[in-house]
Amino acid sequence: MPGRVEGKVAFITGAARGQGRSHAVRLAQEGADIIAVDLAGQVASVPYPMATPEDLDQTVKEVEALDRRIVARQADVRDYAALKSALDEGVAQLGRLDIVCSNAGIASFGPADELGETTWQDMIDINLTGMWHTCKAAIPHLVEGGRGGSIVITSSDAGLKGFPNLAHYVSAKHGVVGLMRTLALELAPHMIRVNSLHPTSVNTDMIQNAPTYELFAPDLAEKDRTKERLTERFQTLNALPIPWVEPVDISNAVLFLASDEARYITGVPLPVDAGFMVK
Amino acid sequence: MTGRVEGKVAFVTGAARGQGRSHALRLAQEGADIIAVDLAGQVASVPYPMATPEDLDQTVKEVEALDRRIVATQADVRDYGALKAALDDGVAQLGRLDIVSANAGIFSFGRAEELPEQTWQDMIDTNLTGVWHAAKAAIPHLRAGGRGGSIILTSSTAGLHGYENMAHYVSAKHGVVGLMRTLALELAPDMIRVNSVHPTSVDTDMIQNAATYALFAPDLDEKDRTKERLAERFQAINALPIPWVEPADISNAVLWLASDEARYVTGVTLPVDAGFMAK
Repeated sequence: MPGRVEGKVAFITGAARGQGRSHAVRLAQEGADIIAVDLAGQVASVPYPMATPEDLDQTVKEVEALDRRIVARQADVRDYAALKSALDEGVAQLGRLDIVCSNAGIASFGPADELGETTWQDMIDINLTGMWHTCKAAIPHLVEGGRGGSIVITSSDAGLKGFPNLAHYVSAKHGVVGLMRTLALELAPHMIRVNSLHPTSVNTDMIQNAPTYELFAPDLAEKDRTKERLTERFQTLNALPIPWVEPVDISNAVLFLASDEARYITGVPLPVDAGFMVK
Repeated sequence: MTGRVEGKVAFVTGAARGQGRSHALRLAQEGADIIAVDLAGQVASVPYPMATPEDLDQTVKEVEALDRRIVATQADVRDYGALKAALDDGVAQLGRLDIVSANAGIFSFGRAEELPEQTWQDMIDTNLTGVWHAAKAAIPHLRAGGRGGSIILTSSTAGLHGYENMAHYVSAKHGVVGLMRTLALELAPDMIRVNSVHPTSVDTDMIQNAATYALFAPDLDEKDRTKERLAERFQAINALPIPWVEPADISNAVLWLASDEARYVTGVTLPVDAGFMAK
């Protein structure tokens, strides 16, 4: 029985772990081949350990275990030429492009008036400019295919609402909503759809770390910032009584938007957020 | 292979034809049994022919052809007692309730200051109060199941955007968004999710009729208001180069929201609108 994206090729940034790996696996389960990119390295301003080359290798293993093809490259979304080169190579090997998951992103924190210049710049360069780079590299391939396509941009509830201590993250995540809306209009004549996803907290290494725990529970002593205590804090933000969603929940939304079931959905910001936005 | 809503029971209002029939069929294709309700009669203020009992019979035939069970009752969503009786009977026969598609709706037009009292009232009663009635009747059954659930309210791009000549329709469809948001909050502790879908023009009898054609092309002579000419007019409103979406496109969104793939999606307005909202 054909999968819901059978025979398609998906380009995924930030694919080494977390949500990106989950999207690669979910789309592969439904019949897609994958072009996977990740910095697989550390950015100095980011206060938690980022993905490694071994993580990217693991994504490759898991996709190949599903009998799908994958082309994986280390590349920095801030470096347009490197990103384009990785994508072009992937398309050359896999033969086409249909889906883009612009997912690569970082988090860091600080009050707006205290953020360092580099901390601000890294965030805008990766979480906003990197997304534009991803789309820019992909558009010629999608247009050339003549089959339309689906671009899914990972924003955040922080792309729709403000959060203290995240001015740079909120600005970038709001910015990609604007990017999504303009791309939806520009690419509509080609039947290339563009939408954004807005997760609440997702259960990955981006939140399960000491600096994020400190952000969410500054009043607790460090020794008291356990996962159990933080679970309570995260849960108070959501409407549904859960602290966070799983990466697969975001992947299921990616899959829906990437598939022909959503063939006329474009220009939409879609929260997958346990009701956070409605609270 | 199990369907995406295998073994679940869905309550669909306005199921005799158009989007409602499409939802009943799509959910049945994916393993659900159906409780179907429709007025299957005419409302005087509505300027096009509405569904008939024969239409509702046809929906029953098509669901049964998929080897799923269906309980179909003629009922007016404005009549809470009758609607509740129909749903209670359906749940008694089919054993449970998991999904609600509050889809029943009417359409009529006029300038805001010229709408007759009855025209306004029929619209609010059917397109807003009737949606509340469907949710109200369903909630005890969903709670009794202890399995959460998914309520999908059919709004419109007119629930997010103003349109001339339909102040009552726009008001009701906007109201449905507010109802959705409150229900999402109230039902969150029970893990019952509530979302709204916002179609652009859908290719059904609600738009393919002389009265709607006159609304969209008042400058054309009646004899020139052909489907082809109207298609140009409808297409000018959307971003994607299509005049209307198919009922199946809305059904695919309903299916996704009804399924466990969207288990943490709640409080969301989901346009299925060929980019109308982005324009």
